[in-house]
Amino acid sequence: MELKTFEHLMQNRPELPEQVGHGQPGRQAADVAPTMKVETRNLDFFYGQLQALFGISIAMRARSVTALIGPSGCGKSTYLRTLNRMNDIAEGTRLTGEVLVDGESIYDPQVDVVELRKKVGMVFQKSNPFPKSIFDNIAFGPRIGGERNRAKLEEIVVRSLHQAALWDEVKDRLHASALALSGGQQQRLCIARTLATSPEVILMDEPASALDPASTARIEDLIFELKKNYTIIIVTHNMQQAARVSDYTAFFYQGRLIEFGATKALFTTPKEKQTEDYITGRFG
Amino acid sequence: MNKARHPLSAKANFRRLFETALYCVLWLCAVVCIFVTAAIIFVLLTESVFGLGENIAFFQKVSLKNFLLDTEWAPQYGEGKFGILPLFVGTLWVTGIAALIGLPVGLASAIYLSEYASPTARSLIKPLLEILAGIPTVVYGYFALIFVTPLLIKPFGALLGIQANTFNALSGGIVVGIMIIPMVTSLSEDVLRAVPRGLREAGYALGATRLDVSVKIVLPAALSGILASFLLAVSRALGETMAVTIAVGIQPRLSWNPFETMCTMTANIASMSSGDSSTGSIEYRSIYAVALSLFVITFALNIFSQFILNRYREVYN
Repeated sequence: MELKTFEHLMQNRPELPEQVGHGQPGRQAADVAPTMKVETRNLDFFYGQLQALFGISIAMRARSVTALIGPSGCGKSTYLRTLNRMNDIAEGTRLTGEVLVDGESIYDPQVDVVELRKKVGMVFQKSNPFPKSIFDNIAFGPRIGGERNRAKLEEIVVRSLHQAALWDEVKDRLHASALALSGGQQQRLCIARTLATSPEVILMDEPASALDPASTARIEDLIFELKKNYTIIIVTHNMQQAARVSDYTAFFYQGRLIEFGATKALFTTPKEKQTEDYITGRFG
Repeated sequence: MNKARHPLSAKANFRRLFETALYCVLWLCAVVCIFVTAAIIFVLLTESVFGLGENIAFFQKVSLKNFLLDTEWAPQYGEGKFGILPLFVGTLWVTGIAALIGLPVGLASAIYLSEYASPTARSLIKPLLEILAGIPTVVYGYFALIFVTPLLIKPFGALLGIQANTFNALSGGIVVGIMIIPMVTSLSEDVLRAVPRGLREAGYALGATRLDVSVKIVLPAALSGILASFLLAVSRALGETMAVTIAVGIQPRLSWNPFETMCTMTANIASMSSGDSSTGSIEYRSIYAVALSLFVITFALNIFSQFILNRYREVYN
């Protein structure tokens, strides 16, 4: 893959206003005054005694891509996992502050975490297809949601595979094992599987870090396509990737949010010294 | 051929010798069990199928047809009756009841330990299970005789209007079932925990409940190991001797009533070999025929489970 300069990348990106109107017509009014899909207020997070996040406040727009960057251990993955309560699985974690999705606090005791995770889907760093067929992988989410109708399931599977740009490669072997796919295909399968539950927000935890450049490019194209309908929050180690795919970028360092803003501004004219040092490769 | 010593070969000969010796020792250890199995099969066959030298093997005296189809096992009376059916049915009762109790309870507790239990709960329950596994089987036998039968089986039988015997197949099945729980649990738990964390997370991220993740993701992914643990446990139940000799009794009886005294194949072997039948007599030889049958059953079980495994397992990487 040829290396593109940052400026070149920025020139070829569609500007934000062009995104308006890609959604359903009925939503246009809301798009004019951008809605905040996901928001955290003063979020602290603890693993036992260890505090991993310190007072993080970010508001993320609907139908945009927000990149979370920062050196290893800076808390960006932990932050991502608070947004669909994946941290609940680990023992001894604690959280204060607020996480709002569509203005509703998701840590409210009344919230059903199962419903939340259907609305806020997640794609992981290491592709993790179930040891089942391609079809059964994608139908898993709808099935546990109670969908039994075969025709309906087929429709969902076909639609999700199309959306994840995987259909042409697997259409003849939907009932073959998902593990026979290549790494890049497996990751797109995992994206398709997430799309099958019709989420509104998709969290991506370094989705391309284990992939070769060609597969990475496909995933990035896919993110571009998906943001027309979904709110995407992506953790990445790769600064070029953050610059290429995201509209907004948040820079984390040692559990704190150092800077958050439009990607273009953050990469060209960072306000903080630490941000500048990091994106110019002086540390991290 | 060039015999000149290569400059780099100075120590190579000694090292190669050492490697070869090590290889041989390891190989020897690995094949010991094959030799033992072969020796056991040899003994079983010479005593029951074809006699060596002057010896007359069991099946040279008793026809295979009588052995398999006769409904009575009474070696001591007159000519002797050698129908294995009563013993087989006794074993079937005990193993069946044991599997019915031990496999589901064992698997359920494995799922609990691997998917639900907090680390504290796990650290308390695992040693308890190991204690259960360490209890001598003779203790289980008396447990069945003086606890399970009078306190559970007899009242339960009375409820159904059945007079339960002091020695009965049901109590034996129950204690053997309890006996195999730790085995199923610890083996199954190991394979459940070996399922990659990523698969569980993927499930949770799709909105799966803990039950969905356990039953629809982890269990299918661990199926081959779980079936292997079931097989080992059933083999153990089949081979269990001491507890069933005490609990079930040693009266070979072809019966459909588990409240009655019966005799399993293993209990029969134990009682015959400690009884007064003389070495070389046909009664004595009969225990080898029974042992051979037991061996065939276990072997068939192995083959069958291999077949099931290859068919249904889900491989993860």
